[in-house]
Amino acid sequence: MTSATSPTSTTPVTTPARTSEEAAGGIGSSPVRPDGTTKVRGEFAYSSDLWHEDMLWGATLRSPHPSARITGLDIAGALAVPGVYAVLTHADVPGVNRYGLEQPDQPVLAEDVVRYQGEPVALVAADHPETARRAMERIRVDYEELEPVTDAQAAAEGKGPAVHPGGNVVRHVPIRRGDPRATADVVVTGTYEVGMQDQAFLGPESGLAVPAEDGGIDLYVATQWLHVDQQQIVAALGLPPEKVRLTLGGVGGAFGGREDLSIQVHACLLALHTGKPVKMVYNREESFYGHVHRHPAVLHYEHGADRDGRLVYVRARIVLDGGAYASTTGAVAGNAATLGVGPYDVPNVSVDCWGVYTNNPPCGAMRGFGAVQAAFAYESQMDKLAQACGLDPVEVRTRNAMSEGTVMPTGQVVDSAAPVAELLRRVRDMPLPAGPSGEPDLRRLPGGVSNTTHGEGVVRGVGYAVGIKNICFSEGFDDYSTARVRLQAVGGEPAATVQTAACEVGQGLVTVLQQIVRTELGVEQVTVEPMDTSIGSAGSSSASRQTYVTGGAVRAAALAVRKGLLGRVGHVPGELSVSGGKVVSTRDGVLADIVDVLGDDVLEETVEWRHRPTESLDPETGQGTAHVQYAFAAHRAVVDVDTELGLVKVVALDCAQDVGKALNPQAVLGQIQGGSAQGLGLAVMEEIQTDGGLIRNPSFTDYLIPTVLDMPPMNIDVLELADPHAPYGVRGVGEPPTISSTPAIVAAIRAATGKPLTRVPVRPEHII
Amino acid sequence: MRVTIEVNGRTVSEEVEDRMLLVHFLREQAGMTATNIGCDTTSCGACTVLLDGESVKSCTVLAAQADGHAVTTLEGLTGPDGDLHPVQRAFREQHGLQCGFCTPGMIMASVSLLAHNPKPTREEVRTGLEGNLCRCTGYHNIVNAVVDASGQEVAQ
Repeated sequence: MTSATSPTSTTPVTTPARTSEEAAGGIGSSPVRPDGTTKVRGEFAYSSDLWHEDMLWGATLRSPHPSARITGLDIAGALAVPGVYAVLTHADVPGVNRYGLEQPDQPVLAEDVVRYQGEPVALVAADHPETARRAMERIRVDYEELEPVTDAQAAAEGKGPAVHPGGNVVRHVPIRRGDPRATADVVVTGTYEVGMQDQAFLGPESGLAVPAEDGGIDLYVATQWLHVDQQQIVAALGLPPEKVRLTLGGVGGAFGGREDLSIQVHACLLALHTGKPVKMVYNREESFYGHVHRHPAVLHYEHGADRDGRLVYVRARIVLDGGAYASTTGAVAGNAATLGVGPYDVPNVSVDCWGVYTNNPPCGAMRGFGAVQAAFAYESQMDKLAQACGLDPVEVRTRNAMSEGTVMPTGQVVDSAAPVAELLRRVRDMPLPAGPSGEPDLRRLPGGVSNTTHGEGVVRGVGYAVGIKNICFSEGFDDYSTARVRLQAVGGEPAATVQTAACEVGQGLVTVLQQIVRTELGVEQVTVEPMDTSIGSAGSSSASRQTYVTGGAVRAAALAVRKGLLGRVGHVPGELSVSGGKVVSTRDGVLADIVDVLGDDVLEETVEWRHRPTESLDPETGQGTAHVQYAFAAHRAVVDVDTELGLVKVVALDCAQDVGKALNPQAVLGQIQGGSAQGLGLAVMEEIQTDGGLIRNPSFTDYLIPTVLDMPPMNIDVLELADPHAPYGVRGVGEPPTISSTPAIVAAIRAATGKPLTRVPVRPEHII
Repeated sequence: MRVTIEVNGRTVSEEVEDRMLLVHFLREQAGMTATNIGCDTTSCGACTVLLDGESVKSCTVLAAQADGHAVTTLEGLTGPDGDLHPVQRAFREQHGLQCGFCTPGMIMASVSLLAHNPKPTREEVRTGLEGNLCRCTGYHNIVNAVVDASGQEVAQ
């Protein structure tokens, strides 16, 4: 039976909403994750481990040019290589040769033009990866190179050649609130830049496509959203949805980088063409070309305030470089615009954000999704304002901090907790790390054991930042999840199973879903079934939304099962509940064992669950209740800077975050630690460097991510101020810590050096 | 060329290309797929295994170099009854993993670290694991796991 549950029926909860005593391993506790055992044993099958008898290996020939016309394509040489089973081009795409998350603008395989370096042009299936590689070298592609469009600012202004027929502006988002001509006593301006960050998940793209007897295909793949992959594959293959079945392969991290297609259609095409299973695995270099990145941004800001530092207006012009294809550029621009002034109460706002096409690498989803870029700019501005008003950086922020009831620049009223000032005070009041004393430990100094300093020239700085993120999908998107919960007696014990298509990408969703079912059904034994498309969509494992939305769906399904179970007990005095495998009455205590109530029957419920609806933004004014929920985190960073060499050591990175309700406190901390580390990476090291549209550093030797020595220990404060609109009061956790980490670290480096530092990542030459 | 390697106590002898990397030998010839390939450039450490007890990044060792030697992968740590090695147990209990892709290498590097330094300080753990990247955890719980595995109290 399927029932729809309206989120408005969700009972408002306060923290602590429930106690963990109801069932061991229920919500609020931190049980060991079910995939932890297989992962530490080496038995967890990542998509790169998949194997099939007689399988072939697929490989992708990619464009070496960022912009070119294809004038000739000859695959004969490749087909002649022994061991090659298929060489495919765009002519072999049976359906529509276009895909894309927001608009189908990206060819599965290039036709007459290529628009970025790394664009797929042809595919090979062979008996061995090396055979496939050799065959690819024998595909002849004639390119007529074109001047690439690489200046996003010019693209936003409509200058230069168009990358796509409709022009280079993917989306322009204006936000207007209050008086556009407001003036103020104190004015600070700045232009900021954010480099192109990579998700750098550790497990490169991979999957296995197996042709089926019904003429369809079974695809096992590491992804973030099975059903949106399925939709795009179906269109490209020209098959009905029931013939394209996806199962989640083990995922080696995602962070937004698996929301767009990579190997999906390619592997299916090769498998259907050869009639054999086809495996595709990217190496690290190909991975850099094979997925979208975080949008690089240029942000012009003007803040006006009174002499006490109270904001009068904020004006901003933001340009996001979406690269060659749209991906999620429209939604990223929507976030950067609507969250563009940060977690502050500002009466007069004028923001314009453009997401544009260029011939740079395509950009799309990465943790923080538009909020990261804006936060670096508005937090840099807040520090400038503090300086102009002679205020402490925490003071200027708390004076302007938004709170519950604040009206956003979009006109949306914030209708749950927004403890921005409290988060700032908490990080401010945490103990500071000890300063250097005695003989310095080289490992704790900038430059580390490179022995570049023994403390001379090293200056310490402290910086603060706070950020805001929207949780779940916004702007009127029909954002839902589907869950099936089953309860039966197995071996004399009550046992539940939960099925969804929600992708476990490492964040610990499988654990949280188990916990929810334990709490709602009072049973310990809960099995999470493999994620696949045999059930309805769960939506994406992104936007910090899965605990909220799929958690909400699983809770609703479990409650429906519970209702059925209690209905079997009949009318008895008192209120009924389930706990410890028993049905309990408030008046008479334990009434029955769940297994006895069940007998041989199986209770099963499937629920499609939605959060409350949102509105689209007015295209002229940007007004609208566009977001479901807002989430906040604040960081305090302490850095030591070698001012002679420009080397930075982050000494401490402390965080306070409101999570509404920590369903799994240990997993919450893990998200905050990991998210903060990615923000640290953007602050001081991570950037895909491009030159004329070409990636200069597609490897982990040249694209650096934080090591264990780069990442300092953290003090973390977790607030639990329940959101009455969300299941259990939860507030999305994954993204906020990535947002405020970066500007806090840069503020600390500024405090140590006095340098303006308007670009991230900060490089040594910016400091010395 | 023929290469004979003792993998987790079992002798594996195969005819391979001279250029075959140890990690490919382990995954494709010996069927030990726990060892992951994350970067191909010796940067990430996901492929760390023990070669005669010393940790090496198996993407930078030729299978031929391991000829006649003993290799231990993550699968080799689990006891015959399925018992977890103390480092495996600690990573599991301390939430020392999320996606887990780095975990095989991280655990093998930790085993090697503890063999050299059975009671490391947190700072020594950090120094010892510098060659292994994790993108999910921010490392805090990984350090906790190694401290725990060494039998020391985990101070948060």
